Amino acid sequence: MLLPLGSFGVITLVSFLGLTRDGSWSPRYSGYLTIAAIFVAFALSLWALDGAIDADGARVGFDGHKWVVVGELDVHIGITLDGLSAIMLVVVTSVSLLVQVYSQEYMRGDGGYNRYYAFMSLFTASMLGLVLASNIVQLFVFWELVGLCSYLLIGFWFYKDSARRAATKAFLVTRVGDLGFLIAILIIFSETGKLGIGDIHEAAIAGAVGSTALTLFALGLFAGAAGKSAQFPLHVWLPDAMEGPTPVSALIHAATMVAAGVYLVARFFPVFAESDEAITTVAAIGAITAIIASLLGIMATDIKRVMAYSTISQLGYMMMGLGVFGIVAAIFHLFTHAFFKALLFLGAGSVNHATGTFDMRRMGGLAKYMPVTFWTVFIASMALVGLPPLAGFWSKDEILSDAWDDRPWVFVVALIGVFLTAVYVGRMLFLTFGGEYKGGEESEHGEPGVHSEPHESPTLMLVPLVVLAVMAAVAGLVNIDDGLKTLIEGWLPRESEELVTHGGFQWWIALSSTAAGLAGLGVAWLVYGARVVESDRVRHIAEPLPEILENKYYLDWLYEEFFVRGLVLGGAAWLLSLWDRYVIDGAVNGVGTVARWSADQARLVQAGQAQLYASVMLIGVVGAIAGILIIDPK
Amino acid sequence: MSVNLEHYLIVGAVLFSVGLYLALAKRNFVAVLMGIELMFNAVNLTFVAFSRFVRSPNPLDGHVFVVFVITVAAAEAATALALAVLLYRVRDTINVDRIDLLKW
Repeated sequence: MLLPLGSFGVITLVSFLGLTRDGSWSPRYSGYLTIAAIFVAFALSLWALDGAIDADGARVGFDGHKWVVVGELDVHIGITLDGLSAIMLVVVTSVSLLVQVYSQEYMRGDGGYNRYYAFMSLFTASMLGLVLASNIVQLFVFWELVGLCSYLLIGFWFYKDSARRAATKAFLVTRVGDLGFLIAILIIFSETGKLGIGDIHEAAIAGAVGSTALTLFALGLFAGAAGKSAQFPLHVWLPDAMEGPTPVSALIHAATMVAAGVYLVARFFPVFAESDEAITTVAAIGAITAIIASLLGIMATDIKRVMAYSTISQLGYMMMGLGVFGIVAAIFHLFTHAFFKALLFLGAGSVNHATGTFDMRRMGGLAKYMPVTFWTVFIASMALVGLPPLAGFWSKDEILSDAWDDRPWVFVVALIGVFLTAVYVGRMLFLTFGGEYKGGEESEHGEPGVHSEPHESPTLMLVPLVVLAVMAAVAGLVNIDDGLKTLIEGWLPRESEELVTHGGFQWWIALSSTAAGLAGLGVAWLVYGARVVESDRVRHIAEPLPEILENKYYLDWLYEEFFVRGLVLGGAAWLLSLWDRYVIDGAVNGVGTVARWSADQARLVQAGQAQLYASVMLIGVVGAIAGILIIDPK
Repeated sequence: MSVNLEHYLIVGAVLFSVGLYLALAKRNFVAVLMGIELMFNAVNLTFVAFSRFVRSPNPLDGHVFVVFVITVAAAEAATALALAVLLYRVRDTINVDRIDLLKW
């Protein structure tokens, strides 16, 4: 089990090698080296998965090595390898591998080629570390590391103002959630004195933690998860994060890092299961997020933003799944979603490669020019909508039936979500690939120049697309016979395992979700495909919804104008500056002024005349002798 | 009327006070030096008087001390007068009120 750690080391080493910029190091090597390292990691992950399957998903990791011991604080760095982390390992390394291969072509000619691969390997390493962490502090460290990599990669084209802004925004917004995570760590440490993940589970189940503290702990963790997984109301950073290179969006902001929040909640499922309030919050936030994000997806014109909103809403689905105790369904959805969403993003990158734009209004008719991209994206889209027998169908269906079992209102919300998903997916497909080609723009990477005619992408970019398309098509079948059930549940303590919902396959749920999906596609076809209904008229009927959506529910405005400019800059910062200026500065300057004034007075004594000094000395001596005689006359 | 220790001490105290007054009050540097000389002699007188009137196992201690004081005072006077000469050359004055270079 040391091997995943070894792969982690290899990749870290590669990161540093990739950073060296001496002349003998051709940029291509860093790409090859990263791909090789991640391939090894992928092979090792498969091995780890095999081990986890043999152990029925139970924990086969080991507690390593003493890391920090200060008084009561005792942090052991270690590795957790169980069904859950094994699945995550495979998802991370496989998607990462395909994305790196794709990037070889996509990033060709970019000045920051070395840097790109260094960041990407650092990210993959951090993500593996996060997944394998056996200690909540260790988890937090890697959690922040992936956040850092996300920041670096969003701002990869740092000479673009929008990219810099987006990177800062992502960093700050997720930091709000991470604050909750940090508070949660402090709470659990002060309550139990333990930081190992397994110890925390035991303490939570044994009732060693007060119920209020437990709820606060779970909510704090969820705040961190909501920040990282872009859940309402912290989802605002993810759409802007699309400023990064498209493969980055595919790997980090679709398949892996944003799933870290879901992973965190799943990892602490025993804790959430003990607190009714916490798990209800998870379900409610997931439901809200799924709906609002898919509505936003219908309005977005940038193909990557459509997918960003789609990612947010799918993450909402996973949270809903966790919220109804459906941990198997949620992780299963994470698994399938990683493949088809990465594929959608890579497809978007491929489209950008051909047309030079992400604006869907300037595309159109691409199915004719780029058949491979079209068909792979088509498969991924149908998987996203949840049409059988593609991957998304099986996982989404499982969340739906778990929801029906546990909380029917979540089921209703999720079904509406399926319909909305289908609408925006259909709109995206018809705008991008249907109709006539409308021009395009300059490319965001490589050599500039407008392509007169869009063309299919190079083979190196198409291979990952095809592989992912196959995965998107068949990944759903692995759980058809509850194959993932034991794997995902095996590590849970018995008490928590009993709480897990298993909705099972029900024909009417499958049919209704498929029907909702087809209905959504139908609506999209009416408006954007056949243009039977003018989209302007739909917009007119739905007043004032479109305005609200175009302004993203005014959340950005609320955050920037009200919280940042109003409360922070106007209120807190103003008060603090007054405090600073008058109290702190006043104290500092006051000390100086008093010293200067008293010195001004005192220096007059130093007249420089020896006779004066001698006189004062005489007075002093006489005074001292008189004093001694008065006190002790003998 | 016999002369006792008290008489010597009174004379010594008066001499010392006069010398102290001179040293503190006079503007002329040479007068200040004379005041200091007076104080030396007042102290010497007191030493000798005590040595004469107080019984002690070492009766000559006071006298020896006085001899040393006279020697050192001679050296001091020579140094101080040399200082006075140099001071007059540099500053054209020996008024001690004007010698206040250590001021502020």
